[in-house]
Amino acid sequence: MSDLLRIEELHVGFATDAGPVPAVRGVSLSVAPGEVLALVGESGSGKTVTARSVLGLLPDTATVRGRVLIGDGTREPDENVLDASPARLRALRGTHAAMVFQEPSATLNPVFTIGWQLTEGLRAHGRGGSKAERRSLAVEWLAKVGIPDPATRVDHYPHQLSGGQKQRAVIAMALALGSRLIVADEPTTALDVTVQAEILELLHRCRTDFGTAVLLITHNMGVVADLADRVAVMHAGEVVEQAPVRDLFAAPTHSYTRELLSAVPDFGTGRRTMSLTADDGTRPVVSARALTVDHPGRLGRKAFRAVDAVTFDIRRGEILGLVGESGSGKTTIGRAIAGLTPVTGGQLEVFGAPLSRRRKTAGRIGYVFQDPATSFDPLLTIGDSIAEPLVAHGRDLGAKAIRARVESLLEAVHLPRTHADRYPHELSGGQRQRAGLARALALRPRLLIADEPTSALDVSVQAKVLDLFGELQRELGFAALFVSHDLAVVEQVAHRVVVLHRGRIVEEGATGQVLGDPQDDYTRRLVAALPVPDPVRQARRRQPPVQEGVAGV
Amino acid sequence: MTLLLTRRPPLRPRIRTGAGVQRVMLLTGLVLTGLFLLTALLGPLLAPHGYAQLTDSQGLFGTQQHPSGGHPLGTTIAGYDVLSRTIWGARTALLIIVAALLLSVVPGTVLGLVSGYLGGRPDRLLVGLADALYAFPPLLLAIVMSIVISGGRSSLTGGLGAAACSVAVSFVPQYFRVVRAEVIRVKAEPFVDAARVIGTGPWRIMTRHVLRNSVRTLPLIFTINASESILTLAGLGFLGFGIEPNSAAEWGYDLNRAVADVTAGIWWTAVPPGLGIVLTVLGTTLLSESLTDLADPRLRKRGTTPLLPADGGADDE
Amino acid sequence: MSTPTQETTGAVGTPADGAAGHGFARYLVVRFLLIFPTVLILVSLVFFLMRLTGDPISAAFGDRLTPDQLHAKLHQAGYDRPLLSQYLDYLRSLATGDFGRTVTDNQPVTHVLTTYGSATVELAFYALLVALAVGVPLGMVAASHRDRAPDAALRLFAILTYATPVFFVGLLLKLVFAIWLGWLPSSGRAGTAVQLFLQNQTSTTGVYLIDALRSGDATAVADVVRHAVLPGLALGLLVAGVLLRLVRTNLIGTLSADYVDAARSRGVAPLRLLTHHATRPALIPVVTVLGLQVAGLLGGAVLTETTFEWKGLGYELAHYLTTRDFPAVQGIVALFAVVVAVTNFLVDVVAALIDPRVRY
Repeated sequence: MSDLLRIEELHVGFATDAGPVPAVRGVSLSVAPGEVLALVGESGSGKTVTARSVLGLLPDTATVRGRVLIGDGTREPDENVLDASPARLRALRGTHAAMVFQEPSATLNPVFTIGWQLTEGLRAHGRGGSKAERRSLAVEWLAKVGIPDPATRVDHYPHQLSGGQKQRAVIAMALALGSRLIVADEPTTALDVTVQAEILELLHRCRTDFGTAVLLITHNMGVVADLADRVAVMHAGEVVEQAPVRDLFAAPTHSYTRELLSAVPDFGTGRRTMSLTADDGTRPVVSARALTVDHPGRLGRKAFRAVDAVTFDIRRGEILGLVGESGSGKTTIGRAIAGLTPVTGGQLEVFGAPLSRRRKTAGRIGYVFQDPATSFDPLLTIGDSIAEPLVAHGRDLGAKAIRARVESLLEAVHLPRTHADRYPHELSGGQRQRAGLARALALRPRLLIADEPTSALDVSVQAKVLDLFGELQRELGFAALFVSHDLAVVEQVAHRVVVLHRGRIVEEGATGQVLGDPQDDYTRRLVAALPVPDPVRQARRRQPPVQEGVAGV
Repeated sequence: MTLLLTRRPPLRPRIRTGAGVQRVMLLTGLVLTGLFLLTALLGPLLAPHGYAQLTDSQGLFGTQQHPSGGHPLGTTIAGYDVLSRTIWGARTALLIIVAALLLSVVPGTVLGLVSGYLGGRPDRLLVGLADALYAFPPLLLAIVMSIVISGGRSSLTGGLGAAACSVAVSFVPQYFRVVRAEVIRVKAEPFVDAARVIGTGPWRIMTRHVLRNSVRTLPLIFTINASESILTLAGLGFLGFGIEPNSAAEWGYDLNRAVADVTAGIWWTAVPPGLGIVLTVLGTTLLSESLTDLADPRLRKRGTTPLLPADGGADDE
Repeated sequence: MSTPTQETTGAVGTPADGAAGHGFARYLVVRFLLIFPTVLILVSLVFFLMRLTGDPISAAFGDRLTPDQLHAKLHQAGYDRPLLSQYLDYLRSLATGDFGRTVTDNQPVTHVLTTYGSATVELAFYALLVALAVGVPLGMVAASHRDRAPDAALRLFAILTYATPVFFVGLLLKLVFAIWLGWLPSSGRAGTAVQLFLQNQTSTTGVYLIDALRSGDATAVADVVRHAVLPGLALGLLVAGVLLRLVRTNLIGTLSADYVDAARSRGVAPLRLLTHHATRPALIPVVTVLGLQVAGLLGGAVLTETTFEWKGLGYELAHYLTTRDFPAVQGIVALFAVVVAVTNFLVDVVAALIDPRVRY
């Protein structure tokens, strides 16, 4: 059989105020029928631009060279998307290649029903006959992608569906036009890990049941290991390596690929042994007893219970990992300890003092935020921001001493001293997060709260920030609450783990024990859902496959 | 013709990128506003006669005189020189802008900052009040205020004060709303949380972090405010609630006097003051539009943002 | 939520997280109840402000009556009682629909409303018609030609309609079309004969267009329409400019939304993307902000009616202003407050009806 898609020497550049910026530089790829080709790379590598060029979805400011040929698999692909007429391009879109986007909530129009949006594609291509016939086709496809009760769901609006169901609906829209190729741009990145597992399963089925090929754009090596047949690694606009998935993971040839793979935290290996004894008898740094936090409802609506009677300790010098999916209340707990969110009930003692004496603990807690881009005041230099805690606490330091302290803090996080005079937007994401660590540590806190500190970062940057975090913790000996949705990251850094589900603790214990041999049902599901970045092991983990439809919503 | 043809191609792509339109708008706005300011400041030198002058060495000007050498834009029904009153009107317009700005920016901003940051019951009360006032026709508020302040009879200071206060009443809520909305947005930014975690006090957070990040949109509102204050004063004047003609020249009042003239086919008493308003407001509005464009990141970095994630990219070192 | 909102409604933002059906009912009730504090705030503000200036009798007759006569009149009207009890009385009578009496011609303010309200409603209707017919399509054209020549021209047009006071537009239209060209009448709602004819119909609505249509008299209809063109255009253009900008901004936002991209990736044609996929979500903020324009429309109506001697509430307001009849002014202003609050409520309901996230 012939290829469905063949990209030859694709160059894409963007016109900006500062002149043209190349995004893709000479990429050549091909996708055969029924094949899953993963296009991996970090942000800015040009993988999304490459994917969008397949459907001619680049903005007007893009200048494109090369050929993007698509065909129907029966003969050599011969239609160049890049020079197709607008009408021809519209005819090709959806029928020869369909697209699945990253954020299902943004991809679905909030004011139209799922069914209407699904039939729009059919209507555009004059498929499906009458309105009633198109509707029954929509119901049929919603059923095929595993949306329960499709006859009702077809009339629902997007906000009435869960995140996983929305992504299923988007996939149904791609399949309904009979396209043999799906271009999936980070299809599971916005989803929780258990939902991700369902969507990955569905994409597997797209291939087995419908014979659809997938061009999978992702940065997640676990997803690659789970789904891909072949992998193309992109870096700085070029494909640096292409290989079958097992070969690539077993023997990467390009140095960038090797670097990338070594940066990926490999879940289930290198399990940290307990470096602390169970309980050294000293008073815990944080002690929560039946801690409850409600978020007030709007306009007389009922309050939402974010954290429900949670009891745990953070011991001296220990890193406690707090894991859970979105809405589990993990971030709220961190904010409550830092005094950023009021506590509704229960007891919360920090440094042995109850919460009411909050003021005294201010400055003794460091906090690292998820998004390094917004956690610095854009109008202050990095140096000023790091000096804020020193100034705010009126430590009798002169300007000189503060400056010296700021510089030594920057050095501690491996940033050059001169960065003190830069503004936040002049730093890269990784640099900002290092500066965030420096600020959090400025007052030598005994407790550090890190709220998803690496989830906004690329994997290679994440590895470096995690190394730095561990290094500083060993050196300074602070206790830490490490909040994350990523089991693999938590496994790497935490001594103990608390698993949260809908505001309650479902399991708690030493990291190796909880993640290696989970006792609770939910934890087990969580662990099973996580794809490991090793195609051989992941294939084994896949047995038995996650049951379709059961875990939905 | 050939010149036009050769010039066209390079111009078109510029306009297409948006930068050309933006530049033309900004430039036109600057020129018009500059002209307005010059006219207002140099009014006494430019105007051939005083705003309340009825006679010169040759006696009375006469009423409703056609435009002529002595009176390039004719005279009004009351016998004033139209050109002079139109020029003097710029001064009154400038005064009202300054007065309205002074009276509304400071209270609006301070209230918005404190109320938005502290929240709670007082905030909700103020929001209710501001919303009620915001939804109400500014002109009606202005009418009520000018009754309150001057009983409807106006000298320059009385009339201006009344108009400025009227404009302020409808603008304080607007500044309040805009600043408060910004404050609430900024308050939710992690960098404010970061300041709170290290124990920075609320006043320091408000002044050092929140205020500075919340006032970016204010220049935009200044220009809108300037336009609105001119339009409101003109509206008041048009309803006969403006400034008496012997206290100052005011475009709205002159238009009010011109209504009957128009029916009689006399154009020169209505068009000049009307154009005065249009050009002034056009200038400030064009300025504010280009300011909005400049503040719009989608326009500033067109094309790069949607596809290339701005962050998390290239690693350090 | 990717629908950009230029400005949200003040009192109640649309709840983003729609609960079940009863959530919408609750939203309706809460939003309805909010009318009352809004009106109360405005009415109280106007009441106390007006009393700051002294009593209305002295304002209207101060220079014509002797002190004794004045005092008697004051006492008779109750203006010598404590302010608070006057205020409470005022609120009480408002609650029963009594907006007070005019001083100069001693008639209930509500009578002014019933006599002249229909004229203002008629004018507002024409203006909205013009605004919708001009603003929405032009806004769509501007958005789909973003940053190209048509967009630049339309933006300039929108700015011009904003920069030109409605009464100046009115005067120019009058000068050109009524005086110089003589195509249309310069003022009034109808010719004298037609006006008499309409007033002598058996049952009248006060809305001339309806009355003329019901009478079946073609010349009357034509006369009414001819009179309506210029005022409707003057006030309508004012709102059209606002509408154009609103539609443009919001459409640009939704046209670049992911869901429009997604529909494009399925082969949906550009025109349909514009008219269906992008327009409906853009409509929600447009409707909401348009609700706030009711205020501008009413203010503009006062000026337009004065320009064209269109005998409606605004014209009467200006009349009472010049005769310094402040109770009448206060009454009409209070009435406008009620109208504004109620229309804003209705607009929010419409916006909620378009937005399924609120409805379900």
